[in-house]
Amino acid sequence: AKTKQGITGKVDELIKSYQKIDDDLFDELEEILITADIGVQTTMDIIDAIKDKVKSEKIKDPLAIKELLKEQLFEILNELSDDEKLKIEPSPAIILVVGVNGVGKTTSIGKIAHRLKGEGKKVLLAAGDTFRAAAIDQLQVWGKRAGVEVIHHQEGSDPAAVIYDAIQAARARNAEVLICDTAGRLHNKKNLMMELEKIFRVVEREYSNATREVLLVLDATTGQNAIQQAKIFNEAADITGLILTKLDGTAKGGVVIGISRELKVPVKFIGVGEQKEDLQEFDSKAFVNALFGQE
Amino acid sequence: MVFEGLAEKLQSTLQKLKGKGKVSEKDVTEAMREVKMALLEADVNFKVVKDFINKVKERAVGAEVLESLTPGQQIIKIVNEELTALMGTTQSKINFSSKPPTILMLVGLQGAGKTTMGGKLANMFKKQGKRPLLVACDIYRPAAIKQLQIVGGQVDVPVFTLGDKENPVKIANEGIKHALDHGNDFVIIDTAGRLHIDDDLMGELQNIKSNVKPHEILLVVDAMTGQDAVNVAEHFNEKLGIDGVILTKLDGDTRGGAALSVRAVTGKPIKFVGLGEKLNENSIEVFHPDRMASRILGMGDVLSLIEKA
Ligand SMILES: Nc1nc2c(ncn2[C@@H]2O[C@H](COP(=O)(O)OP(=O)(O)OP(=O)(O)O)[C@@H](O)[C@H]2O)c(=O)[nH]1
Ligand SMILES: Nc1nc2c(ncn2[C@@H]2O[C@H](COP(=O)(O)OP(=O)(O)OP(=O)(O)O)[C@@H](O)[C@H]2O)c(=O)[nH]1
Ligand SMILES: [Mg+2]
Ligand SMILES: [Mg+2]
Repeated sequence: AKTKQGITGKVDELIKSYQKIDDDLFDELEEILITADIGVQTTMDIIDAIKDKVKSEKIKDPLAIKELLKEQLFEILNELSDDEKLKIEPSPAIILVVGVNGVGKTTSIGKIAHRLKGEGKKVLLAAGDTFRAAAIDQLQVWGKRAGVEVIHHQEGSDPAAVIYDAIQAARARNAEVLICDTAGRLHNKKNLMMELEKIFRVVEREYSNATREVLLVLDATTGQNAIQQAKIFNEAADITGLILTKLDGTAKGGVVIGISRELKVPVKFIGVGEQKEDLQEFDSKAFVNALFGQE
Repeated sequence: MVFEGLAEKLQSTLQKLKGKGKVSEKDVTEAMREVKMALLEADVNFKVVKDFINKVKERAVGAEVLESLTPGQQIIKIVNEELTALMGTTQSKINFSSKPPTILMLVGLQGAGKTTMGGKLANMFKKQGKRPLLVACDIYRPAAIKQLQIVGGQVDVPVFTLGDKENPVKIANEGIKHALDHGNDFVIIDTAGRLHIDDDLMGELQNIKSNVKPHEILLVVDAMTGQDAVNVAEHFNEKLGIDGVILTKLDGDTRGGAALSVRAVTGKPIKFVGLGEKLNENSIEVFHPDRMASRILGMGDVLSLIEKA
């Protein structure tokens, strides 16, 4: 519900203020899309596609622009909508959560654990961030909130070893879902990305039978750098889904449009706050409607 | 990053001008389109870009094309100069109070890097002979206090806390008292991350401000922030009257256009930048407007070549 502010109404307002479709209208549309972080290239492509349609179908009424715009965005997002659900069947399942620093990985894990627990699943968490100060304690607080156990080592220990132990524990306890936290890392740091690959090798070797989700967490406040993040994390880790956090703020998270277009990775969840309930399944229709003003 | 992107494009757009004496309006308009794209790609806010482009246009039209430069370089030079000017031409430092302790408060969105920056600042000023105290006013985030305690331990700076059951305003007050009693001449208040539209939590910051009267309220901004940076900065500045900005995570590969946005809407200087997760001197720097300008434009060494030309 919280993504509804913002551009909502802007497109409507714009369209109402024009008697005919002209370049000024497109300039303003460009502004709306770019300020939603959709990105220059994607924005240009969307606008070009709309212009083509306007021309070929001899559209005169500015009101039609809104539907054309939504069509374009659905086209980009919709292709993926079948994959929007979290895949944790058949069990056992393992969910690895990765991303750059401070985007909301640990918090999202807490929320997912809470949700799955509520669905009656047996969930286990792995404290794979052994680097950041008090990251383990933070995950433990979330474990308590969700009522799930956390497998951890000490700060400074090898993250791959934590994941190894957590996998053994998941087996021993018949956990249906193991969710692994990892340290925040910038995608341009080669050594840290290598560390991720090591974790993946452990999973491959020790838990190859498990249904696997690799979720990249993106902060909706992030601009075009998110595309770079998605590309490089995808190279290192075969991302199966995205979590878009902090949509309770004023950022629109439009960058996922550009990412979906380039990488074909579906958004699985959105984060809309800091409490354990503040996680929603992503619905591309609702997202686009929220962005472009349909209550 | 040598000759990447914008510089190349401008060169080719303006190649045909070679040999002309002056840059015409049409030439500039064409070139400005490339500049506009580059700035938007770098996440500079749309409105800020618009204003900037208009300003540069004015200056560039009719400018003499210097003998030694191609018109492309001439325009790059103007763009860069204007950008640097917008970013604040001089470096700015912390204002120390004549009556200790100097009180600095870090505020910002969730996950921006406040707590880490608190550690870095504590370490830096300790090395400069100050006796810092970190005050733990984040009572909300799970294990936030523990995090600050570990950070404080890593740089060997004491951390004041009353746990997470007391009001942050009281914690701040008591923290200052503690500093006075223990001879700490530099207090860094770590606050919880919050949304700029969260009236309750923004009110909490206003309360801390009116109680302890910080000498510096610094807004910590993630360098990867997109178009929303202006909303965030505007709100924090309106509600609190910030004194400056700190830009974090510049060790990434973001262009960092948020720097320009934030600076343009608040008019407040960017004081420090964060460059890593560690707390040592290498992961914090004083802000350099000129470096930031060429980073946003993605021009690397082009500028130093132009300077030499
Ligand atoms: N408003 C809001 N804040 C969020 C959301 N998700 C996470 N946060 C906050 O963002 C901050 C960072 O969240 P973390 O979960 O610690 O992020 P992380 O990616 O694990 O961070 P590192 O492990 O340090 O890389 C915390 O203050 C969270 O409470 C969200 O959806 N909305
Ligand atoms: N790469 C990099 N990471 C940073 C930098 N500054 C902070 N971080 C990381 O970003 C994440 C969030 O940093 P914090 O200091 O916890 O951020 P915060 O603003 O205190 O977060 P909240 O208290 O949850 O609002 C952590 O993983 C830090 O290690 C930086 O300059 N570069
Ligand atoms: Mg974490
Ligand atoms: Mg903090």
